Amino acid sequence: MILVLSILIFLLPLAGFIVMALQHPRLPRHGDWLATGLLGAGLVISLVIFRAALHSPSPLLANLTFPWLPTGHGGGLLGGLMVDRLTADMLVVVTLVSFLVHLFSIKYMEGDVRYGRYYCGLQVFSVSMLGLVLANNLLFLYICWELVGLSSYLLIGHWYEKKSASDAAIKAFITTRLGDVGMFIGIMICYLKVGSLQYADLFAAVKTGTLSGGWQTAAGLGIFLGAMGKSAQFPLHVWLPDAMEGPTPVSALIHAATMVAAGVYLVGRVLPIFDAPTLLFIAYIGAFTAIFAATIALVQDDIKKVLAYSTVSQLGYMILAGGVGGYSAGLFHLTTHAFFKACLFLGSGAVIWAMHHEQSMSKYGGLWRKMPKTAFFYLLATLALCGVYPFSGFWSKDAILADALVFNWAHPGHWFLPVAGFATAFMTAFYMFRQYFLTFTGRPRDHHAYEHAREAPWPMLLPLVVLGTLALVGGGLKGEWFAEMNPRLSGIEQVRLFAQAGYTSPIVEEALKATPPEAAATTPAAAHAGAEAAHAEDAAHEEDAAHEAHAAHAAHLLAMKLSSVLGLLGIALGALMYLQRGNGATVINPAWIATPFKQVYTILWHKYYLDELYMAAVILPTRWLGRFTAVFDRVVIDSVVNFFGFFGRLGAFVVDLADRLFVDDWFVNGSARAARLAGDKLSYAQTGRVRQYLVFMVLGIVVISALLVFIF
Amino acid sequence: MDFNKMLLTLITFLPLAGGGLILMTPRERVGTIRWISVATTGIVFALTCWLWWIFNPAAIASGTAYSGYDVKTLTDVPWIGAYHIHYRLGVDGLSVLLIVMTGFLSFLATFVAFPIKKYVKGFFALYMLLVTGMMGVFVALDFFLFYVFWEVMLLPMYFLIGIWGGPRKEYAAIKFFLYTLLGSVLILLVMLAYYFKMQSFEGGKYAEYAFNIPQLVYLQPFHVPDGPTLFQHLMFWGLFIGFAIKVPIFPFHTWLPDAHVEAPTAISVILAGVLLKMGGYGILRLNYPLLPEVGATASVMWFLAILGVVNIIYGAFCALGQTDFKRLVAYSSVSHMGYVLLGVAVLKEEAVNGAIFQMFAHGISSAMMFTLVGVLYERAHHREIARFGGIGTQMPVYFGLAVVGFFASLGLPMMVGFIGEALVFLGSFKYNWLLTCVATSGMMLTAGYILWTMQRVYLGKGKEEHAHFPDCNRWELISLVPMAVAAIVFGVLPVLALNIYQTSTGVFLNLFKNLI
Repeated sequence: MILVLSILIFLLPLAGFIVMALQHPRLPRHGDWLATGLLGAGLVISLVIFRAALHSPSPLLANLTFPWLPTGHGGGLLGGLMVDRLTADMLVVVTLVSFLVHLFSIKYMEGDVRYGRYYCGLQVFSVSMLGLVLANNLLFLYICWELVGLSSYLLIGHWYEKKSASDAAIKAFITTRLGDVGMFIGIMICYLKVGSLQYADLFAAVKTGTLSGGWQTAAGLGIFLGAMGKSAQFPLHVWLPDAMEGPTPVSALIHAATMVAAGVYLVGRVLPIFDAPTLLFIAYIGAFTAIFAATIALVQDDIKKVLAYSTVSQLGYMILAGGVGGYSAGLFHLTTHAFFKACLFLGSGAVIWAMHHEQSMSKYGGLWRKMPKTAFFYLLATLALCGVYPFSGFWSKDAILADALVFNWAHPGHWFLPVAGFATAFMTAFYMFRQYFLTFTGRPRDHHAYEHAREAPWPMLLPLVVLGTLALVGGGLKGEWFAEMNPRLSGIEQVRLFAQAGYTSPIVEEALKATPPEAAATTPAAAHAGAEAAHAEDAAHEEDAAHEAHAAHAAHLLAMKLSSVLGLLGIALGALMYLQRGNGATVINPAWIATPFKQVYTILWHKYYLDELYMAAVILPTRWLGRFTAVFDRVVIDSVVNFFGFFGRLGAFVVDLADRLFVDDWFVNGSARAARLAGDKLSYAQTGRVRQYLVFMVLGIVVISALLVFIF
Repeated sequence: MDFNKMLLTLITFLPLAGGGLILMTPRERVGTIRWISVATTGIVFALTCWLWWIFNPAAIASGTAYSGYDVKTLTDVPWIGAYHIHYRLGVDGLSVLLIVMTGFLSFLATFVAFPIKKYVKGFFALYMLLVTGMMGVFVALDFFLFYVFWEVMLLPMYFLIGIWGGPRKEYAAIKFFLYTLLGSVLILLVMLAYYFKMQSFEGGKYAEYAFNIPQLVYLQPFHVPDGPTLFQHLMFWGLFIGFAIKVPIFPFHTWLPDAHVEAPTAISVILAGVLLKMGGYGILRLNYPLLPEVGATASVMWFLAILGVVNIIYGAFCALGQTDFKRLVAYSSVSHMGYVLLGVAVLKEEAVNGAIFQMFAHGISSAMMFTLVGVLYERAHHREIARFGGIGTQMPVYFGLAVVGFFASLGLPMMVGFIGEALVFLGSFKYNWLLTCVATSGMMLTAGYILWTMQRVYLGKGKEEHAHFPDCNRWELISLVPMAVAAIVFGVLPVLALNIYQTSTGVFLNLFKNLI
């Protein structure tokens, strides 16, 4: 049943895509309602699956495997799909956001030149993203991974008349493909060592030591490189801000809620493959990305750029969580982030729509008077992103920070991880409220645009309402559901149970339990995530478990307090600097800070000059090398060929000359000339006189006789 | 008479009969001539599909000379009896795949050739001869016959480029002809070596097998216990260069861009789609099986694997630097055929399967790319990438097909290009991980030049000078849509193609079982 549903959920948008790709000009309204309806149906199905996953005694609800790519006799790579709780959760996230974005786009994209094609793009994205989370092996994951890259390329480049849009599309594809190449190398290692790409087989191979040592590290790093590309981790994050060239609903769907989160999903899904050094690498990449992107977001002016860097930063959080082993926290944050960041992007879309496609925040101001509903739900999402109690982001961010703290307590050398996390929390609150105050409060800075601004119509508002509400209750709501199943739990335990039961994948869980003790020791948080069950069986470890639970509890309390304080400080600073008082001035003029730190400001404004660096160090040299190779090919390689041709013709010329001069002229014609000359000269002897002939005859006889006599 | 026994002969010579029919048609009746070609190639394509359908590689027990070949269609009649030259036709999985591909492409290419106005009769008559030559190469199991078809195919190609080509057609045609002929001479020498060897091998017991390819492979007349001799090396490299020119493999590739740029679109389609595969086919049918000891020598494997990687990367860089659209596609062929060489050279099952799939995939994707370029050239009469731009908005249907074609070539999963690449890499990774990692940079470069080209040609604001360009017409759609469908179908269900030739791969690799 679940299997049929999960296949259906995948087939619906696929059928929609095929129909629309071929027939969209002939469908009513280019098939927008059809596409939206299909995703709506998909949402209903995924909710059914999710409900089943909640109540199912077996964590693995469906599993289907079939041979797909034969590689040699007997062997072959399998295709397949599976549904476990992790998948069920991702299905809800993907179909929900996708459905709402479809709905939102009906108004937002109205009258677009390629309206039908846009919906085709959304459909193909939905198909590939659903395939990605349904896959039960690395090969299908990789395939869908590339296909979401394709749909991202198509949708970023939707307005491809603009050079900047097509540039951004290419940049996104190539940058993520760099990660994908790494991932493919990881896949090749797995294939080499294990011979199968099924998750279950890979985890078993790690357990038995078939995949271990340097190969395991390399495979892990390779696969993680794929996650770095898609989830825009430093230094492969550069494509995501540029991807904002795409239509805003696309940014909400692909570049905020779902596709960019695929890397986090991947880290969670294949966590048992990663060994300790890889996990540490993952943690540092995540932490650094979180703080790095947050600093850039501090100064950006484009409303979508701020959100884009915020997304990069939040993805860093999730990756950090995976790295310290708290993958359930990371996936929890993925879900809540999908709600509030999609809400923020769609809200920004409503603002941009109202302001006639003006994206610069320095032109905004006072918009809450014109669009109060948008402003209200935008505020909900902003508060969630800032991690304010009791919004959903508070719970999930707290879970990550707590895991980072626990990790740091176990390994005091790695203080950077929690510190970066808390610093990011502060900066996030600051830049988000900077954005909120600049956009919705104060006096309008562009009066003309302000006058024409209006509240969004219902297809645009409804997604905001749904997502804004989920941003508020997203964490708690599901916690309640879990609490129903076990009413004794409450508070922090609720969140933790939510994280464990709702977001863990049984096969990941199984594999983690089986992680060798030394590996478990190096990743205490990984152990902590799946600890209780394993430890309960082992009485000797009970004390440790209790100790660990205690540490986790303490970490959660500290994380909550600290992040709340930092978040509120950030909001306060934002208010002081950007919330205008009655006279239009702020308490602290931002210029007071920007001017003395001019250089810092410039560096941040230029995003640490990474784009320029890549342009100078990678893109231009590659193009030059291409030019050079092309010229080399023509001038050197082809010249050798032409030289042989020339040589042949030279030889032919020489032979021809010799032929004409020596053979023809001297030998053939020469003998002819000689004959003619002889004839000419001898003709004088032809006098016609008989006496003379007689003399010749006699002379001849004499000479011949003499010769005969003397010689013989 | 058993129809199946006639099948290969029909597939090979039906085009020739069609060509004869064309010759008897009055020159002015252009329409009739075209439809004769369409009908002939259509029937041939149907016959190739029938061949696919009835093909059964398991009928002959393994361990015999003909194992892997299809017994139903084997044809063997003495031709020049005194020299043991036979009219011997037969197919194994590898040939079936390539025959079907050839049937498919030669059928579609006739539609591509519809815009040709000059000497239509001559064009299609030569084209039919070309199809016979190509089919003959893939069905011949007699070395001599193979050589004959190999040469037969050259001649019409020379005229098709030399008469219907672009501004530098004479240069390109002669270059193509002479270059390939140089390779043929080397192949001829090896063939003679085998002929004379068979006269004395085991006291001349097997003299009648002098040109019998499966028997030569089975008997291995030049086999000596202690590894490959210098003479075997010479023969291996003779064959290799002969086929490498056709593939083409760096540094023997420079005839290709010139030939492609000058050739008319339909001929480019055949050139890239089928002719290049003949090189790969020769390597898989003759070069490696006849001389497995050399192919399995460590240094040779290394050298050829590296050469394959060089092809991949060098071709991609060259493509990146091109300013002519068609030249770019030509260099992408050089890059893509590098996967074939890499896959064969490492002698791993996945890789050889991948190399064969890559030949098939490249047949579809490059044919499609050349058709796409041709459609544009038909309208713009130039191919300078820099002068295009914004075609996407002006020709939306064409643009949609172009996206399919270019992404298939890029190696996007669920399209043909991916399967070949992935299998080759999976196999070559087993051979050497470092080399393979270097080769994967080709995936990046390919994405780079494909996307950059698409941006410059299709994306951007529509230009005034392209405003009057009509979208794809009926004939262009008839040729492009099946290619697009094939590009997707075989990407989603690679097993359709793989099931055909996997047995042949196994037979091929059995030759090397005790050597590596």
